[in-house]
Amino acid sequence: MSHHNENIAATHGHEEHGGMDKAGIWKVFFILLALTALEFLIALGFVHHWGMIEKGIVLNIVYIVLTLAKAYYIVAYFMHLKFEKSGFIVCCSVGLILIVYFIVLVLIEGDYLLDAFQSHPVFPNN
Amino acid sequence: MSTTTVSQLDKVKDGPWNGGRSPWNLEYGKIMMWFFLVSDTFTFSAFLIVYGAQKFAQPTWIDADKVFQSIPGIAESGQPLVFVGIMTFILIMSSVTMVLAVDAGHRNKKNEVVKWMLWTILGGLCFIGCQAIEWSHLHHQGFWFGTTPATGLEGEAVAEALAPYFTKDIAYTAALQFANMFFTITGFHGLHVSIGILLNIIVLFKTLNNTFERSGSYLMVEKVGLYWHFVDLVWVFVFTFFYLI
Repeated sequence: MSHHNENIAATHGHEEHGGMDKAGIWKVFFILLALTALEFLIALGFVHHWGMIEKGIVLNIVYIVLTLAKAYYIVAYFMHLKFEKSGFIVCCSVGLILIVYFIVLVLIEGDYLLDAFQSHPVFPNN
Repeated sequence: MSTTTVSQLDKVKDGPWNGGRSPWNLEYGKIMMWFFLVSDTFTFSAFLIVYGAQKFAQPTWIDADKVFQSIPGIAESGQPLVFVGIMTFILIMSSVTMVLAVDAGHRNKKNEVVKWMLWTILGGLCFIGCQAIEWSHLHHQGFWFGTTPATGLEGEAVAEALAPYFTKDIAYTAALQFANMFFTITGFHGLHVSIGILLNIIVLFKTLNNTFERSGSYLMVEKVGLYWHFVDLVWVFVFTFFYLI
């Protein structure tokens, strides 16, 4: 077993890493940079400076989509997950569905609390 | 008939899940690093989701563009997002130098690994330095754990002290929750960055010591690299939810 582990370690670099060479690394960097620059263009340019876009739910969705795109490139290419075995990719990502569930649950709860506190006042007890 | 049955049983199974080797073709430590990072994802998600829930539950919220609008040493106010933009760039850059270190490790180029690890550590130190400046700037304005610029004031003075940080209606609770969450979440992220820098320094010294050269594998650089990219990943989300939205 220990012999085999050494084997994996020794041959690892030569078998598994065809996906990312130096040109690939810089390409991903420029994609990340472009996505970040786009966020700044929207936030500083269109919203803050020129006042062409209002802050709101649509803009927030745009920001979140750009963020998830960046997250994908970091995890898939920098962390190399895209080039692992499919079983491992599923193993590491399937649990994240619970986070989506958690977001929906807690944000609904927060929204409800706002409404409840505002429409039902606290009465002094004396 | 019976002979064929025996030979069927004796046949050595060599599928990926039949033992004797890692079914994912990954070394044990690397799998454990991934599982740790998945668990850490839940920690940070919980933090950020509670931040979102607070924003949903409060009738008003602070305007991040008005809280963070200075560039240390250049502009005292009126420049939202610029300083945090620099911080984001530094962290993405240090992520790239980390991948380049891992890449050099695959080619067993010790000197290149050392070079890129040094750049990564430098990037991490710059980021944590910027974070410290950001924290101290906010602290000087009166924000801290459990404290806002209006703490200790009463009546109209509260609204007056908080007016510079709000675009919508002014509320003490919103400012307080913002301060608590900001220092907790960026603090927890900063702790991760600090640990990452420490791990990077240890790996740098091990590289200089020829530890990986002798064992024939720079896999440890890869494992620390996974952690470092995760720290960058978390910052991408912190940046979006605290500064953009």
